[in-house]
Amino acid sequence: MEGQAPSPLPDQVLENVLETVLHFLSSRRDRNAASLVCKSWYRAEALTRSELFIGNCYAVSPRRATARFPRVRSLTIKGKPRFADFDLMPLNWGAHFTPWAQALAQSYPSLRRLHLKRMSLTDRDLTLLSLSFPHFQDLLLTCCEAFTTTGLAAIAANCRLLRVLDLAECVVEVADEEVDWISSFPETQEETHLESLVFDCVECPVNFQALERLVARSPSLRKLRLNRYVSMSQLHRLMHRAPQLTHLGTGSFSASELDPEPDYASAFAASKSLVCLSGFREIWPDYLPAIYPACANLTSLNFSYADINAHQLKSVIRHCHKLQTFWVLDSISDEGLQAVAETCKDLRELRVFPVNTREEIEGPVSEVGFEAISRGCRKLQSILFFCQRMTNAAVVAMSNNCPDLVVFRLCIIGQYRPDPETLEPMDEGFGAIVMNCKKLTRLAVSGLLTDRAFGYIGTYGKLIRTLSVAFAGDTDLGLKYVLEGCPNLQKLEIRDSPFGDGALRSGLHHFYNMRFLWMSSCKLTRQACQEVARRLPHLVLEVINSEEGKADDIEILYMYRSLDRPRDDAPKVVTILH
Amino acid sequence: MATILGKESGLNLKETELCLGLPGGGGVGGGGGGGGGGGSSEVETPRATGKRGFSETVDLKLNLQSKEDLNENLKNVSKEKTLLKDPAKPPAKAQVVGWPPVRSYRKNMMAQKVSTEDVAEKTTSSTASGAFVKVSMDGAPYLRKVDLTMYKSYKDLSDALAKMFSSFTMGNYGAQGMIDFMNESKLMDLLNSSEYVPTYEDKDGDWMLVGDVPWEMFVESCKRLRIMKGSEAIGLAPRAMEKCKSRS
Repeated sequence: MEGQAPSPLPDQVLENVLETVLHFLSSRRDRNAASLVCKSWYRAEALTRSELFIGNCYAVSPRRATARFPRVRSLTIKGKPRFADFDLMPLNWGAHFTPWAQALAQSYPSLRRLHLKRMSLTDRDLTLLSLSFPHFQDLLLTCCEAFTTTGLAAIAANCRLLRVLDLAECVVEVADEEVDWISSFPETQEETHLESLVFDCVECPVNFQALERLVARSPSLRKLRLNRYVSMSQLHRLMHRAPQLTHLGTGSFSASELDPEPDYASAFAASKSLVCLSGFREIWPDYLPAIYPACANLTSLNFSYADINAHQLKSVIRHCHKLQTFWVLDSISDEGLQAVAETCKDLRELRVFPVNTREEIEGPVSEVGFEAISRGCRKLQSILFFCQRMTNAAVVAMSNNCPDLVVFRLCIIGQYRPDPETLEPMDEGFGAIVMNCKKLTRLAVSGLLTDRAFGYIGTYGKLIRTLSVAFAGDTDLGLKYVLEGCPNLQKLEIRDSPFGDGALRSGLHHFYNMRFLWMSSCKLTRQACQEVARRLPHLVLEVINSEEGKADDIEILYMYRSLDRPRDDAPKVVTILH
Repeated sequence: MATILGKESGLNLKETELCLGLPGGGGVGGGGGGGGGGGSSEVETPRATGKRGFSETVDLKLNLQSKEDLNENLKNVSKEKTLLKDPAKPPAKAQVVGWPPVRSYRKNMMAQKVSTEDVAEKTTSSTASGAFVKVSMDGAPYLRKVDLTMYKSYKDLSDALAKMFSSFTMGNYGAQGMIDFMNESKLMDLLNSSEYVPTYEDKDGDWMLVGDVPWEMFVESCKRLRIMKGSEAIGLAPRAMEKCKSRS
């Protein structure tokens, strides 16, 4: 046998085959299942997982994640729970990216893609990122904060292969000296690799000349979303530089000094690949006709920062036959919604945001427009609808007309509002939704709701993964129905509802299957939470009270499973029960 | 900016008091307007530079604390905006923190728009009934349009412009919102400062300082508005004073 390499052991052959096969497995749920088969499958799966998704940054430590999955190229991490967006969490609560940044820099030299949502990351973190990964391509930050344009400049300057820089709804602080981050993209690079540049949330002016030069030398650029410091005439210049764009965020869409003004419509006509339009941050409705040439091809239109009226909307929407995604303000009123219903037969996703969030006003949209949408847009899959009034009949109608609904989020702005026609609670409407929309996975309820509504949800909402509840329910039974009836429930956020300790206990069998439970201004006591913490050692219960440690009543409970010890970076107002 | 900052303490404390009595425990939900929920259009404080100067000193307090802390936190909550507008009129009913669930960023943008409703920008620009003029401000990337017939006085116009262009203040004007042309030194002070002053192009094509003629006359003769730095407008002063004297 000397001088001859030993032939591989049968086990090893199997492992090689397994690894090769597993490379093709991309769904993380499938991979999770595969990893449970046996130890060798576990190992093979861990070695071949290149896309890692971490739904809660505190569910697992960076060290554990990088130790199990050594060859990750794409990483997604989510931090704060959604209610943090509405100022319900203390400042500096956590979700700091720094420990992750350090771990990643050490363990993943081949990292190509990073997507963070609701994380807090500093300029230092961004700089470290920009210097640690020579192959880095895609950076997506959604609802993140704590960094400034200095961090962006580091990314621009150092990531030579940068393909995607997407900042969505981030809070970008203004640095002490406003950093001209756009100029940090190296001008020596003849052509960049940029495919997507999204910075509409960056609230400071950009150097337009540098931006124009950047766009001019980015032949692969398909997505460009400008902030509101870019005027109409500047937009015009950029569009001429990049007629190949597919996704365009128009910036302010408002006039500038020039007289006479350029022919904006021709720019939109020349951009034949445009399928998605957004922006319109300071819209001057006179300019709306400029986008007509692009409307026929649009599949996505975001007017949610443009307070246009029904008349103005109609002039645009009547051309948009291919529209699938539409975000808009309620300023278009029921009449505008009817126009959408008449034209957009292919609509899949609709979001209607309120211009005015006060509770005592008569809103411009109501059950009338809502029902019109349900009749006209039968393929609807996702709806988010803010209104001041809604009837059960309209909600029932939608449940019948739009059976493909996967996401149903109705927000009646006035708390505890019954059906204005019948004066009944909104139980029957939401009941119909869970009954008839058999694919529903995400539900947000509002209006006057009794335990009955939750009974319906528990009985029929078998696929629901995310449930959002506010100012609803009568007794513990409501929450019990849900915790006992919804086996797929993963994210439950509840505020200002009369659910207490008994209800909490009824979920003990299920809490390990959930990503998190949020309950604020409910009726929980510290004792009950302590009990849950004792009985389920892998649960972390964060109790946030405004007066540290004193009260017995819990103001906020944020509870999640975790493989590691509870975090040590919590602010003083957070007490961790374990 | 002085006018906007001055609103912090009074208005927002009231918000807190009203919020405490809400159903459902009144804990977080009722806690404080400072959380920037439904009342964010009223309580958000504009920040000149957008710096989070206070967050380090405040040390992580929840937005429910004593009134002192509430004030500090108000400044922190609005960290995302560098160009916040003047708060709109206070609401009739108390606003609950974080309700309705609309992100602060969006709420702030809408607050600006609601407050400019007075400016009739939403209506189709039919010049038949209104006196629409373009308004530009030096340094701002875009223009606005206002209908002068929507206002009754220089003060109204000044308020509306202040909302549209946040760094513009007309605070140095007299009570009537008109420049006191008879007080040469006061006028010179203003024009020597880096404060912004509104100017307009009249029917004759001359650029004048806003406020030199009675309001009704101004509405009729104004063709276009431009807000510029006082130091740049200084050349207009003598002529403005002449015209004013000749008209009175």
